[in-house]
Amino acid sequence: MKYMLMMVGPKREWDEMADWSADDIKANIRFMQEFNDGLVESGELVDAQGLTGPEQAKVVQAQPGGPPVVTDGPFPETKEFLAGYWIVDVESEERAIEIAGQASASPGRGGAPAQVPVEVRPIGEAPSVDT
Amino acid sequence: MSGHRLEDLLRELAPQVLGTVARHFGDFDSAEDAVQEAMLAAARQWPESGVPDSPRGWLVRVASRRMTDHLRSEQARRRREMIATVAAPKDALLAPAPDEITHQDDDSLAVLFMCCHPILTPASAIALTLRAVGGLTTAEIAGAFLVPEPTMAQRISRAKQRIKASGARFTMPGEQDRGNRLASVLHVLYLIFNEGYTASSGDALHRTDLTAEAIRLARMLHATLPGEGEVAGLLALMLLTDARRAARTDEDGFLVPLPDQRRELWNRALVTEGTTLLTGTLGAGPVGPYQIQAAIAAVHDEAPSADETDWPQILALYETLERIAPSPMITLNRAVAVAMVHGPRAGLALLGTLNDDERMASSHRLAATRGHLLELAGDIDGARECYQRAARMTASRPEQHYLSLRAARLG
Repeated sequence: MKYMLMMVGPKREWDEMADWSADDIKANIRFMQEFNDGLVESGELVDAQGLTGPEQAKVVQAQPGGPPVVTDGPFPETKEFLAGYWIVDVESEERAIEIAGQASASPGRGGAPAQVPVEVRPIGEAPSVDT
Repeated sequence: MSGHRLEDLLRELAPQVLGTVARHFGDFDSAEDAVQEAMLAAARQWPESGVPDSPRGWLVRVASRRMTDHLRSEQARRRREMIATVAAPKDALLAPAPDEITHQDDDSLAVLFMCCHPILTPASAIALTLRAVGGLTTAEIAGAFLVPEPTMAQRISRAKQRIKASGARFTMPGEQDRGNRLASVLHVLYLIFNEGYTASSGDALHRTDLTAEAIRLARMLHATLPGEGEVAGLLALMLLTDARRAARTDEDGFLVPLPDQRRELWNRALVTEGTTLLTGTLGAGPVGPYQIQAAIAAVHDEAPSADETDWPQILALYETLERIAPSPMITLNRAVAVAMVHGPRAGLALLGTLNDDERMASSHRLAATRGHLLELAGDIDGARECYQRAARMTASRPEQHYLSLRAARLG
């Protein structure tokens, strides 16, 4: 079963990263690299990506009878945004939740767990064969 | 013959064989598929049966047989109608006469020009070049650019369709067209090199080495066109840049900026080769952008330490470069040189002229460079803010890490 694990944090947390020390940042990067390597080793990683900041975001919305409206980020009304995601192929939802828990415990300021919320969503799959 | 040497041989022969077959049948698209199949057959058979006396002739024969099969098939008949404008020789069943073998360099070159045709988008031209000239498989190219294999297969197939639809002939461009067409070829090779160079870090462990591939193709092009200053210039630029590779990341995989690199790790043999190449082009015709960029790289490479860098010379080179090939990225680099020669405030003033440039609006480099110059000027708060902003904007993870660390180190 495939799951998408989305690291969705309030903008405030992203802004607070500016106060991390160089060692905090290095520790976090190392954790993420080893974490992803582990998911490759276990044969569970499908994809993992970190996204650029909300300044680079654009929202596109179709309009009746006209060209789509494009709005540039950052969007002040958005309280939470996607910082990055993993797609994993795992045996069970329990395992997906376990992986999400590890991701959420990635080290933050002063090496304490950053506790960024990770949303776990099953990915749509082909219907099972009738038996 | 070891697997590695066999692969090298096949990849060297790939564009020659394709050139011969494409010229013979007048159909680049199908010839490209047929040569891929012949290469796969060789990779399967030769390790067991041994390399034939004339590996090139073997590949041409097998690819020609595949072509014939294609032409006979139902699908190919429909396709043949579409390419009716391109003459298919009557003797399509025959292998080329021995005297045609001497055309092999020209054939490889014609394939390269075809793959880098200006009607193609850079992404398509890169993919097609790596497959048809570089002899990489679709899977390898897909892996190098981190896209799914069917996507890359489709990109290559569309590129070939586009060439076919344009009615472009499989011949070398005429005198009139040559300058433009060569510029496209150099641009594609430069992009391949850059892709490999900027991605060469932690996250990119399993990617095919695009840097090495770009250098190999540039060497091939230089060997065929030794008198072209810009070809030598591009090859020199690649060698002089790649020479710093070992010093560019630290043991943890983090990027190390040029001034902080351990220069004893630089590859002196590549520096010497690049400098010699570059010197050889001087005085032989007009100097182009690649030669100037190679000269700038050479000035950096020859400085015993960062402090001993000849910045006035680098500034003069950027001024020349901006005159002949103006672009906001070059202005940005010139601003750094201005800062090193005339002080950070002068550099910042020049950077200010780029604020309203649309082409820089989504680039993180403007903020990153401004951060660097503000730091030199002693404006620590301003520098930190710029580095953080740049870190949020870049899509490259190694650069994002580097910029975040720069900001954090300012305390």
